Amino acid sequence: MSQYLFQQIVNGLSLGSLYALIAIGFSMIYGIVRLINFAHGDLVMIGAFASLAMVQMGMPWPLVALLVLVVGACAGMTIETVIFRPMRSATQVTGFIATLAVSVLIQNGALLLLSGQQRSFQFPAVMRQRVEIGGVSASLTDLTIIVMAVVLIAALLFVVYRTRLGTAMRATSENLLAAQLMGVPVNRTILAAFAIGSGLAAIAGLMWGGKFGQIHPLMGLAPGLKAFIACVIGGVGSIGGALLGGYLLGMAEVLFVGLLPPEYASYRDSFVFLLLIVILLVKPSGLFMRHVEERA
Amino acid sequence: MSKNAPDPAIAAAPGQGPAAMRPAAAGLRLAALVLLLLAALWAFSGQASAYGLTLAALACLNITLAVSMQLTNGLTGLFSLGHPAFMMVGAYVAAVLGYPVARKSTMLFALPEPFVSWQMPFVLSVISAAVIVGLIAFLIGIIVLRLKGHYLAVATLGLIVIVQGLAINWQGLTRGGSGLSGIPRLTNIWWCAGLMMLVLLIVWRIKFSSLGRAMMATRENQLAAECIGVRTARVKLIAFVLGAIIAGVVGAFMAHLITVVTPRSYGIVLAFNLVAMVVLGGTGSIIGAVLAALVITLLGESLKPLEESMGLYGLSQMIVALMLVLVLRFRPAGLFGSGEPRWITRLFRPEMKQ
Repeated sequence: MSQYLFQQIVNGLSLGSLYALIAIGFSMIYGIVRLINFAHGDLVMIGAFASLAMVQMGMPWPLVALLVLVVGACAGMTIETVIFRPMRSATQVTGFIATLAVSVLIQNGALLLLSGQQRSFQFPAVMRQRVEIGGVSASLTDLTIIVMAVVLIAALLFVVYRTRLGTAMRATSENLLAAQLMGVPVNRTILAAFAIGSGLAAIAGLMWGGKFGQIHPLMGLAPGLKAFIACVIGGVGSIGGALLGGYLLGMAEVLFVGLLPPEYASYRDSFVFLLLIVILLVKPSGLFMRHVEERA
Repeated sequence: MSKNAPDPAIAAAPGQGPAAMRPAAAGLRLAALVLLLLAALWAFSGQASAYGLTLAALACLNITLAVSMQLTNGLTGLFSLGHPAFMMVGAYVAAVLGYPVARKSTMLFALPEPFVSWQMPFVLSVISAAVIVGLIAFLIGIIVLRLKGHYLAVATLGLIVIVQGLAINWQGLTRGGSGLSGIPRLTNIWWCAGLMMLVLLIVWRIKFSSLGRAMMATRENQLAAECIGVRTARVKLIAFVLGAIIAGVVGAFMAHLITVVTPRSYGIVLAFNLVAMVVLGGTGSIIGAVLAALVITLLGESLKPLEESMGLYGLSQMIVALMLVLVLRFRPAGLFGSGEPRWITRLFRPEMKQ
């Protein structure tokens, strides 16, 4: 395999890992409360800035990675309790507008507090080394991201499919009212979904910062939208769909840039959105879902 | 309007009221109001600074936008965020066509011949912008309007990203990321106020016509609307294309007012602000949209000095978002719900007196 192609695949996998991590939380929240959470991307930003602050305080990286999960979870739970819970009975579109407003609130709050400057975000120098694997090489940053994502996803799948909490979440997402009648503490379950999803988004923010080297108060927009697209590709509301959608989108995006002539590279985001619109129209339930409520 | 009363716009069918409409009286009142507005504007323009005049023109354009958004999103219930995309297309079309000839030949090398050596007059370039935007919106609407609710919202959000991508990359026509500057300043407060009044009149007439009622029926319950014979697909397409055309014209005006267009001029923030205007005013209320647009524009402008002197960038946007959250939480119907304040409807709809 040529070095170039291998490099593209590693790159696609690491980008896809990030999309998948963010998309999973997005999808969990949608699955349970049927809310397109536009503010989900901003938790990526919160995670990135929280990591930067902790690193500057001198904490070791593994601790930062653990704590950023907690920070994200707390942020997600706060948003859910303060804003989304009181509006649970509102229509879907009202909820979506509220998440838009929350997103604008977070972004501009961050602009106000942190100023609009780009900040450099560097993993330790070790991470910039390249690792040889059978004649081809990949950067340690990308490999770490891929491995960490796999670990986190495994942990998440364990929680969702092997614990009481996970059972409660799946029951709630199947039918909120029925779950409530069966004695599932619905509010606590929803809170847990927000906590887990937001924690994953926040740690994705840490990795996002390390991969691209720069962070900014408005950086959450792109990952949030891409996560939504990943969910649509895989089927919104399903965790497996979000996973596959995330990796597929990451790969597609990298290959689009890598394999086409360079003058098309800057059409990358337009291409991704075109993909979204096409999928919404052609197969609105997503590539991997069999049946789903009406959305087109 | 009491809370339980049916929306007069839906309830009142033409010729059904006890007194039939007296068009002459309503027309007179309308003419009087327009004259009053023009006089106020004339008095204002006599003593306002250049900044004040530009601000007033911008406020007029924002009101126009909010009202056109109200047509698509409020009356018809299509949750479209595509307005900035159509504005951008309109702005670029008008700017490119109306660009000074001396600059065209060196800067816009992808422009076809007859346009290079001809600086299109303002009105013509605005009309071209409207036609082009209308065509694009028609084609996109056929495809995208099959989506519902927030899926339509995200797809139209994608439209913004796609148009931005085109504007950045189509160097020969748009000069890429740096945008077009030095567009001749051909609009002023009078043009903008005129456009605003025209659009207000059009949308007002639509709202209280059978088309308007079809739109509201589509919004309330698409299935029921189809059952009583409303061709919802067509109604939605009309609302989408009309809203887009107005947005495109506003974009063309904006380009000729602030003399610069860049791919970042009209983005997601604008889409959000327009949604805020519609929701704050009340989904479907024209006067509500006018007031909300006025408040949000003035709020943004009046906080600008504070933001700049104290480095508090983003403050006004935060306030708008906070207002939106509070309204959604405590008064989801917005200021006026779907109706209009009573004194206005009384003024123009005599048959509505009870």
